[in-house]
Amino acid sequence: MSRAELQADASAASAHHEYVTFRLADQWLGIPVMAVQEVLVAMRIARVPLAPDAIAGFLNLRGQIVTAVDLRITLQLPPRNADAEVMNVVVRHESELFAFMVDEVGDVVSVASDTVEPTPATLDRRWRTACTGIVRRDRGLLLVLNVHEALRLDHASG
Amino acid sequence: MDDLLRDFLTESSENLDKLDNDLVELERTPGDLARLNSVFRTIHTIKGTCGFLGLVRLEHVAHAAENVLDQLRAGRLAVQPDVIGDVLAAVDTIKQVLGGLEQTEREPKGDDSALVSRLEHWTHDVEVIASAPSAPSAPSAVPRRGTAPTAATAPIAETAPNIETAPIAVPEAPTAPTTASAATVPDVHDSSAASVSPAVPEGNDRRGQPDGADGKSALSETTLRVGVDVLDKLMNLVGELALGRNQLLQLASSHDDSPFAKPVQQLDRVTTDLLEAVMKTRMQPIGNAWGKLPRLVRDLAQSNGKRITLLMHGAETELDRQILQAIQDPLTHMVRNSADHGVESPAIRREAGKPEEGTIRLSARHEGGHVVIEITDDGAGLNAARVRRKAVERGLVKADVIDALPDAQVFRYIFEPGFSTAETITSVSGRGVGMDVVRSNIDAIGGTVELSSHFGRGTTVRIKIPLTLAIISALVVGSASESFAVPQIGIVELVRVTEEQHTLVEQLQGAKFYRLRDTLLPLVELRALLRLAPADDRATYNIVVCQIGEARFGLVVDDVYDTQEIVVKPVGRLIKHLPAYAGCTITGDGRVIMILDTTGIASMAGVSSSETREEAERAAAAARARATAQADAQESVLLFDAGFPALQAVPLSLVARLEEFPMSAMEEADGHFMVQYRGALMPVIAANPAIDLRAIDPRPVIVFSDRTRTIGLAVNEIRDIVEDTLLLQRKAGRPGVLGVAVIAGRATEVIDTDHFLRFAHGDEIEPIAGVAAPAVST
Repeated sequence: MSRAELQADASAASAHHEYVTFRLADQWLGIPVMAVQEVLVAMRIARVPLAPDAIAGFLNLRGQIVTAVDLRITLQLPPRNADAEVMNVVVRHESELFAFMVDEVGDVVSVASDTVEPTPATLDRRWRTACTGIVRRDRGLLLVLNVHEALRLDHASG
Repeated sequence: MDDLLRDFLTESSENLDKLDNDLVELERTPGDLARLNSVFRTIHTIKGTCGFLGLVRLEHVAHAAENVLDQLRAGRLAVQPDVIGDVLAAVDTIKQVLGGLEQTEREPKGDDSALVSRLEHWTHDVEVIASAPSAPSAPSAVPRRGTAPTAATAPIAETAPNIETAPIAVPEAPTAPTTASAATVPDVHDSSAASVSPAVPEGNDRRGQPDGADGKSALSETTLRVGVDVLDKLMNLVGELALGRNQLLQLASSHDDSPFAKPVQQLDRVTTDLLEAVMKTRMQPIGNAWGKLPRLVRDLAQSNGKRITLLMHGAETELDRQILQAIQDPLTHMVRNSADHGVESPAIRREAGKPEEGTIRLSARHEGGHVVIEITDDGAGLNAARVRRKAVERGLVKADVIDALPDAQVFRYIFEPGFSTAETITSVSGRGVGMDVVRSNIDAIGGTVELSSHFGRGTTVRIKIPLTLAIISALVVGSASESFAVPQIGIVELVRVTEEQHTLVEQLQGAKFYRLRDTLLPLVELRALLRLAPADDRATYNIVVCQIGEARFGLVVDDVYDTQEIVVKPVGRLIKHLPAYAGCTITGDGRVIMILDTTGIASMAGVSSSETREEAERAAAAARARATAQADAQESVLLFDAGFPALQAVPLSLVARLEEFPMSAMEEADGHFMVQYRGALMPVIAANPAIDLRAIDPRPVIVFSDRTRTIGLAVNEIRDIVEDTLLLQRKAGRPGVLGVAVIAGRATEVIDTDHFLRFAHGDEIEPIAGVAAPAVST
């Protein structure tokens, strides 16, 4: 089980889950707040030739190497416009740092644990595998990202 | 875990490793009392602490072993393989129990009664008989200790009383005669030398020895045990500091009279010193990786009935601990190979005229920024013919190529994955097993491994590894506006090919080669390999010449910047599978750049094996000659007769000179004809093997040379020089001939000068047929 999941589970005992929310195209997703180290505005990313498509490259976070993963590619969404803004959600997963490149970062939301539902079988397959659950909100669905799955690039590598 | 227990565990495991070696050494030099005492003290300390910590099983075994050692110390028992074997077995049990303790904090269960009774056997019998009067058994006790295991108790019991009395009376001279056993005393003294007399005074007080605390306390004042994780952290932090320093330096240098210049300079100096000091904390003597080898060799020798000495030189040579860990297994594997398959049994060695005792020599030394480790045995060596056959069977190389390859190159196949000659029965051929693992381990740390062997005389494996991995010196290059670091370790030289020298780059079947001195260097376009940009036709080339084992290739880059000390950072698991990279680093201006793995690049580009290079070279030579031969324009062609049905031809442009040498000028040395030509010895080769060089005097000779080599081609008669087109109509039917062309209206063979140059100067040199064979009239 991934660290994020563990932490998600650990906090299941309490009444609320907290998620850092972010947007990809028009879908909002959340990552358990404990898994997120920080959020960065666009940084210089060093491209890694021959790397899988989803890997945008490496960025230098105060001397630490962070692997930048473009979630739009991982989740097989249409690529963003060249001039579109990018935000980086930095997560620590299995003692390595990764930056998820997303379109927009929203608020940290607190969700009562009993409102997190399992992903319905009717959900699109690529979303179903990438998420651990969904939260129904007034403004639409919030998908809880499965960090471990998102970093398994074998299905997304080019 | 309890602090006391943890201290005990770390301390004991260090001591036990040393114990193995001490015991093995003791077996070789039974008289080494100091060593015996040190062994005794170690076991005694362990036993003492066990009692304190309530470790019953451990105490029991240690106690039994201690008693045996005490007998040895007192000279009541002679050092012999069986005794040492049992004590080693006790050490093994202690290790095993300690291992269990470390995992569960509890003594693992187990039955040591067999071992303990074996150990007690050595002490018990001695004690019983020692208390009995000695005189009656004396005469029968003359056969010496160690001759047969079962006979051991009697003679020892016999000698013991004598020693107990004699040296006390005359400590210096054990000539003290107890008439009955006078004969035995010198004998014992002789074999266990110094151990007898000095040990005796303490012999009565068995457990009264100081436990070695004196020696340890001196050491503990100057050393401190620090966790490896602390050192790693420190190393990382210093790495970061160095990166910050680099950034500052860059900033400071861009402002001419910055007030920061001085402090930054100071910071730079301190950082460099700090870096060095921290690196030093990670250095460990290579002897640490050798610790288990004497025991290993001893056990292998014992179980195979061999006699082997393991010599170790340069154990104090220091290496980064990360590298030390990486080479431990390969080293063990190779030493085991040497002991197991290399060194023959005493009988075979005697037959071969070698000393019965085989030698394995392990040596380490610094050489530049590298450490060179050599493992040499004087055993059976590798059977090149067998390796050749196996390589062909496995389809690694074509049968007609393998015979032309020199042995050194053939042995390299041993490192191919799955290359094993183990299914053939002789032990010599078992040596390929696992060597691919050895090589991949060593490759992984940027090292190289080479093997040389002489059949019947032994094998040497030479490993060259970098001193440290964490910080390396690298050349920063640019390709398609991206920067990359290339570790200096793999770089031989840099070559810049200007527009005028463009012809030195040759193109063959889509691949490019650079004619570097006398070899063809395969070129790898970095921008194409990494799919950065299409490899356009370029006018100038920046070539980084890289060496992988014995193979070389040229990495073509757009720009060459500078050399930097860089901190190697791992690339993370999403990138790890890419063979092109060895890691990444952060440059002075904060950018992340990839560190190229030249070994990986070579295999990606298919230029790693020297075989490919040679084939390419051959193809290139042929193509070059063909190109020359097929040139549309007319050219001058030299026609000559070499005793073949058809005339032979060579483009005049390839001919250096035409000479005639009198027979008296041709010297026959080592089966070859040579002439002294312009101050050097030039080999003379017959254009036709059937030519008897002595038959014509003076002999017409065509002199060819390339950049480094010169040969004379002996022919029967120079016929003509004509202007014609060299258009090959038929391909060659035999070596040395490129093909057949129609020249001056006649079918003429165009010769391959490169073949003769290689033939005369390569390793393939063979006696000239005309020398050995009787003359065939021409």
